[in-house]
Amino acid sequence: MSFKIVVLAKQVPDTRNVGKDAMKADGTVNRAALPAIYNPEDLNALEQALRLKSQVAGATVHVLTMGPARAAEIIRESMYRGADGGYLLSGREFAGSDTLATSYALACAIRKMGKVDVIVCGRQAIDGDTAQVGPQVAEKLGMPQITYAEEILDCTASKITVKRRLERGVEVVSGPIPMVVTVNSSAPECRPRHAKLTLKYKRAATLTEKQDAGADYTDLYTVHPYLTITEWGINDIEHDIKWLGLTGSPTKVKQIENVVFTAKESKRLTANDEEIEDLMKELIANHTIG
Amino acid sequence: MNNLFVYLEIEDGIVGDVSLELLTKGRTLADQLKCKLEAVAAGYKLDKIGEQVFPFGVDTLYLADDKRLAPYTTLPHTSLLVNLFKEEKPQIAFMGATSIGRDLGPRVSSALFSGLTADCTSLEIGTYEDKKAGKVYDNLLYQIRPAFGGNIVATIVNPDCRPQMATVREGVMKKEIRNAKHVGKTVIMDVAKYVPDTDFVIEVIERHMEKSKLNIKGSPIIVSGGYGVGSADNFKLLFELAATLGAEVGASRAAVDAGFADHERQIGQTGTTVRPKLYIACGISGQIQHIAGMQESAMIIAINNDPKAPINAIADYVITGSIEEVLPKMIKFYKKNSK
Ligand SMILES: Cc1cc2nc3c(=O)[nH]c(=O)nc-3n(C[C@H](O)[C@H](O)[C@H](O)COP(=O)(O)OP(=O)(O)OC[C@H]3O[C@@H](n4cnc5c(N)ncnc54)[C@H](O)[C@@H]3O)c2cc1C
Ligand SMILES: Nc1ncnc2c1ncn2[C@@H]1O[C@H](COP(=O)(O)O)[C@@H](O)[C@H]1O
Repeated sequence: MSFKIVVLAKQVPDTRNVGKDAMKADGTVNRAALPAIYNPEDLNALEQALRLKSQVAGATVHVLTMGPARAAEIIRESMYRGADGGYLLSGREFAGSDTLATSYALACAIRKMGKVDVIVCGRQAIDGDTAQVGPQVAEKLGMPQITYAEEILDCTASKITVKRRLERGVEVVSGPIPMVVTVNSSAPECRPRHAKLTLKYKRAATLTEKQDAGADYTDLYTVHPYLTITEWGINDIEHDIKWLGLTGSPTKVKQIENVVFTAKESKRLTANDEEIEDLMKELIANHTIG
Repeated sequence: MNNLFVYLEIEDGIVGDVSLELLTKGRTLADQLKCKLEAVAAGYKLDKIGEQVFPFGVDTLYLADDKRLAPYTTLPHTSLLVNLFKEEKPQIAFMGATSIGRDLGPRVSSALFSGLTADCTSLEIGTYEDKKAGKVYDNLLYQIRPAFGGNIVATIVNPDCRPQMATVREGVMKKEIRNAKHVGKTVIMDVAKYVPDTDFVIEVIERHMEKSKLNIKGSPIIVSGGYGVGSADNFKLLFELAATLGAEVGASRAAVDAGFADHERQIGQTGTTVRPKLYIACGISGQIQHIAGMQESAMIIAINNDPKAPINAIADYVITGSIEEVLPKMIKFYKKNSK
């Protein structure tokens, strides 16, 4: 029996290392100055999917990402770590999507895949910090969801059991397949690249990439169909255009501001005994302490 | 119709602080919009909910009391809200940015095709001009939140879709009773009418919830330590000063990541927001994400051996020196002068 696991993964700018040069003078972010990385929690999600694959007979893991052509990088990265293949959903019609439009597009792509048993995503992406896409995809597909997963404890063809890590505790829950699971950063880290797989999938490519590489490789992809990363555009998915891109996005950004804090006029002291003693006396006198 | 709704988080019959904070904010905004403030409670044995929330100015309380609604699972709570919102057509709906609100909010927003902004740090009412469409919208909800790792602040609006939804973390808004004697209307919901039986598909097998032991948010004085404190051992100095002053100990994320302090103590954009009478920042450089969580403190003392540390800009007192030297002196002089 086949058991299809789909990981939703996103390529994101590395917002954890935003230096001064990454901010433009007008207060907007210069995305180009930030390296593009595999969204950290999506790697945790990939690891859970790969573990699931080794537990459930006939299971396969595919990665679905929506993004520009270069986002195929994270599909290859997933294959180096053990995924069987992936899908890139790309096109200018998807630009300007907020989380609802993104989840609609992803849900359309998943529907096109046929029977999908488990969808695993990261809890949230570090560029938006919204943690919305996973539950919204689940809703669009009419599937139940288990969020904040730390570990998939058990999975059969009909039932999945998951340990959840919440702000103030833990929960173990189980529910039916198909299911959407969103994974926390407290889950185990993703395994590293596997040397053999890295060699095997080095030339894995989307149609666009193959065309860019020239004719020399045509044979390669005929002989090794597993090297083809499926690339879908707007015409490959069944959709209603009004739910995509900007029109499908109810949220609008009204304003973006650089963060500025009003500086106060501070009193400067040294660690000298007297100065600290005076400060303590003053704080006691004005009832700030004591 | 077109009122402001707050989804209440309930654990063991107690309404969470985050919900009471949202009611406080919601009351103010509802007054501004001249609409009602309505609250939804879904769970089991909810007879004590009214007395907890009416003092915050709730006009209508919807009660969905059913054994199967506690503990929280996604689908039944989603159906309840979605179907209620289809009837009531709220203009605004708030939830906590908690493990429940962030599980429920996106689902509800997807079902209703209404925009949701997560983790807002400020909520206001204002106008919005869509220049392309040549339209001006009055009385929209400004959903203000940090973005891009806290490096920018974005104001988000949902011009056309309702409800306008937002989640807010615990501690970000103030909690304030409006009128201790106020009692609003209670509406008992017929759960079977809102929630199909097929929604009860998730079985909760095990559940361990801890009550937070700390009360950083409520402490009038906070002694907070950063990476510059150097070690968990040095953090003892902070605990000693805190014990002397009757304060709580907070920490920066770098200190938490380094294992000097528990995650529960983290202050900032991804931790707790505090506004104490006095905030003593020890060995904290003062990055945007930290300042976001403590800038409203009434008085700030920064202790840092770098005279150019960014935290100094927002401090009332800047002590340039090492915490190893300064803290023992503060403890000693306080003990001497407080007698
Ligand atoms: C998305 C995102 C969210 C974040 N959320 C938060 C958050 O919620 N809270 C938070 O705090 N951070 C948060 N951060 C991290 C934040 O950017 C900073 O990295 C962090 O606040 C730095 O902590 P620090 O000031 O303790 O450490 P550092 O920046 O390393 O500063 C240490 C300071 O200690 C001083 N020092 C060193 N030795 C001594 C000594 N002996 N005596 C006195 N002073 C000394 C140094 O001069 C320096 O100023 C977040 C980051 C991102 C990207
Ligand atoms: N463009 C995308 N392509 C694939 N997966 C995505 C995309 N955007 C979001 N996701 C998935 O949804 C999760 C939550 O994203 P977000 O709601 O943006 O925080 C991510 O961790 C991914 O698993």
